[in-house]
Amino acid sequence: MQENLVLTESTYYILLSLVEPRHGYGIMQMTEELSNGRVRLAAGTLYGALNALCDKGWIVQLPVDAQSRRKEYELTAKGLRVLKNEVLRLKELAANGEEVLGEL
Amino acid sequence: METRKTVWKWVWVWNFDKEEDWLNAMAMNGWTLDSVGFCVYHFVRTEPGEYNVRLEMRKYDPEYISFMQETGAEYIGRMMMWIYFRKRADEGNFDLFSDLDSKINHLNKIARVLTVIGCMNLFIGIFNSLSGLRLAWINLCCATLLMYALGRIQGKEEALKKERSLRE
Repeated sequence: MQENLVLTESTYYILLSLVEPRHGYGIMQMTEELSNGRVRLAAGTLYGALNALCDKGWIVQLPVDAQSRRKEYELTAKGLRVLKNEVLRLKELAANGEEVLGEL
Repeated sequence: METRKTVWKWVWVWNFDKEEDWLNAMAMNGWTLDSVGFCVYHFVRTEPGEYNVRLEMRKYDPEYISFMQETGAEYIGRMMMWIYFRKRADEGNFDLFSDLDSKINHLNKIARVLTVIGCMNLFIGIFNSLSGLRLAWINLCCATLLMYALGRIQGKEEALKKERSLRE
């Protein structure tokens, strides 16, 4: 299965944040931190994306901790593969851009 | 000084974004939405600009509401399928949707609901006209209005899709 996937910026940062288990608000904070405040995930967007990513099997919901009741999510092996492929694709994009624009 | 205020107001469904603008303008003037009902809005006195208010159409989903609360938002209430949230401005940005896909999804959800209610009114209207009921025109008018609303919502959706064809 080698789909030619292009992730949205939201999906990319959600997957990247979930290399370690995180709950919703943690993902929002991590995304903002990683992108130096440029990318802000809104809660409604994130909620929809988390459900869709669980359905795809790229992330899983961890058993709910009885005390905090907050749901945590984590990347699956499949999700990690998708993410690594995306990093390769982004490198290619950036390299091509630099090559063409480099002399300007 | 008064601390509470009630405003009666009718909002067409295709103006939901203007409704949100209005609620935020009220909040900027020191009146923050506290509860909602049919065509009625109750406000409480707050510092001007203390809160940002957001609304969306969504099926009632307690899980979603607790998810929103985890991120610092307060649940104000719901009116039919519309839910209202507010968040203190000093707790950071407050938006419900941050990308084009989720904005388009939201409009799509509104469009689906309008289609269902519109078709129901159309069928009831036709059925009642055929059986000679005098009030059949009411449903037919409702159906027409709902189809108009659907057109307005789809217009917004098309504009966003056009934008999405160029950027994420």
